[in-house]
Amino acid sequence: MSKIILNNVCKSWGKIEVLSNINFECKNGELLVLLGPSGCGKSTTLRLIAGLETPTSGTVVIGDTDVSNLPPVKRNISMVFQNYALFPHLNVEENIIFGLKARKVPKKEQQKRLKDAAALLGLTEFMDRKPAQLSGGQRQRIALGRAIVAQVSVCLMDEPLSNLDAKLRQEMRQEIRSLQQRLKMTMIYVTHDQVEAMTIADKIILMKDGGIEQHGTPEDLYNRPATVFTGNFIGNPPMNILVPDDLIGEGCPSYSIPEAGCSLGIRPENIEISGDTGLEVSVLAIEYLGADSLIVCKAKEQSITLTVTGKTNIIVGDRLRLNWQQEHIHLFNSENGLRIEDLDGDKT
Amino acid sequence: MKPTLQLRYWNHINGWLLVLPAVFMISLFTHYPIGSNLFHSLFSNGTATRPEVFIGLENYAFLMEDEIFWKVLKNNLIYSLCTVPFSIAIALGMALLINRNIRGRSLVRMSFFTPTVLPMIAVANIWLFFYTPEYGLFDQVFGFFGGDSHNWLGDPDSALYCLIVMVIWKESGFFMVFYLAALQQLSPELKEAGLVEGSDGWNYFRRVTFPLLMPTTLFVTVNAVVNSFKLVDHLVIMTKGGPDNASSLLLYYIYENAFSFWDTSYAATLTVVLVLILAIITIIQFVVVEKRIHYQ
Repeated sequence: MSKIILNNVCKSWGKIEVLSNINFECKNGELLVLLGPSGCGKSTTLRLIAGLETPTSGTVVIGDTDVSNLPPVKRNISMVFQNYALFPHLNVEENIIFGLKARKVPKKEQQKRLKDAAALLGLTEFMDRKPAQLSGGQRQRIALGRAIVAQVSVCLMDEPLSNLDAKLRQEMRQEIRSLQQRLKMTMIYVTHDQVEAMTIADKIILMKDGGIEQHGTPEDLYNRPATVFTGNFIGNPPMNILVPDDLIGEGCPSYSIPEAGCSLGIRPENIEISGDTGLEVSVLAIEYLGADSLIVCKAKEQSITLTVTGKTNIIVGDRLRLNWQQEHIHLFNSENGLRIEDLDGDKT
Repeated sequence: MKPTLQLRYWNHINGWLLVLPAVFMISLFTHYPIGSNLFHSLFSNGTATRPEVFIGLENYAFLMEDEIFWKVLKNNLIYSLCTVPFSIAIALGMALLINRNIRGRSLVRMSFFTPTVLPMIAVANIWLFFYTPEYGLFDQVFGFFGGDSHNWLGDPDSALYCLIVMVIWKESGFFMVFYLAALQQLSPELKEAGLVEGSDGWNYFRRVTFPLLMPTTLFVTVNAVVNSFKLVDHLVIMTKGGPDNASSLLLYYIYENAFSFWDTSYAATLTVVLVLILAIITIIQFVVVEKRIHYQ
């Protein structure tokens, strides 16, 4: 078993607390993504699991062992770094088996694992090259190779794709996901890119200011955001957060206004343009994206964005009426930003 | 066709004009003196009454039989073989030490570097006191533990080694700065990857840090070797090459010949030999070591 559990983990540097009371469990064979804006503590969390940092308080458990005070090498993990951390003076082969040599794995076994990993990653023909002679994607594969040959069941990834261009990033993303599933690795993956997180994760932990904002499946985070922050962070373009009190009398769909003091969240893709009823808005801007267009509107002083398929005939200055279904509404307490469970209790 | 040719022609002229100032200076102060020196070594020593005459390789023949030359050369080899490896090893050790986060790091850094900023003449005077018999620092310390007084610089067996110790002390701090700069260029991510992969301490140093420092090591080695053949200031202050040439080095012997004995043509001959030795050592270092170096 190689589950990973963090119990009440805190980390401060001097007086600055960067992580406060982190609790979560990553199940065996699960791909867990730590997602969040820069400075939210996601990389620090990963480094605590790797043993590159020690927690100020709390415990880190890998498998059934409390590893909080063990050095990285004793934790049975492999790690892929943001800048790959390849040794520039060593060729591909030497880079991949670097750790096996350090751990004194027998020569024969080293070569066998090397061959398997190289074949798996398509690196066989580059064995003699130095990292500087290879492309970003190939370097990324070497780093993956080093993680694979270790044959440990836990793999930690620190923004592994952030140095690649968009197309390659998508390819490598799929490759990493299929590797993880084929080798049944427990993987913790740090990224700030919500698309990356949504596409590969079994579970996502969204972090903000050193705390966990929400822990759940990608669908959970998208369909039932626990906070305004989650609603805003997941989904592109972000969720509209409206103050419904101001919109009474503007034709706002009546089920949108349940009680005073809440914020109303509605995703741009769930807003429809209707003929006669609905919230009255004027169009501020239009962005054509190819498959969709974004229409940015204004209702009183509040901005509201919606998406429509393809190119639209609407032009800036048009007046529209917007409508949405009750099941697409998310309500948040406007003071603390927490989700208010549905009034009638059956909304999904 | 024609404009291209003309353009090429002008490119050449332009290029030569651009390097001309550098070529002029380096010729005037490096190439010309070497050539002129070589030329002079083929002549006898001229005086006011006896003009110099061409004597071919006679100076070189004399050199081969000059016992002092061989002694000085041997001294210089011992001196190089001791100062170069030790000062480099100590420099690397100090750099590794202060590259970590230790308490009072800047103080330690400063004290390691102090010998380098002191003028050689001042350093030599300080060490002259250390080595003084009876009341010098070393004798006082040894005396405290009941040791006998020793004339460190006056004893032909110890004079050269006294200089070696001082030069190692002086040079290490200087070379440390280069190692420190190189160490700070190394990505901390590599260190972390090493930790995760189980390579730490000596294993990591041997497999990653040291190979990545090779360009610096080559640079420092070349400098150390060249320095070991050209440092003479301390000899003038401390031993003047004595006793009985026991601590004399090649360049100091050249200096003596040229400006104490006024035998400039023999000094020129010795200089040719010195330049040859240095050129050969440097070429060997670059050709042999270069192949094994990874430049980033």
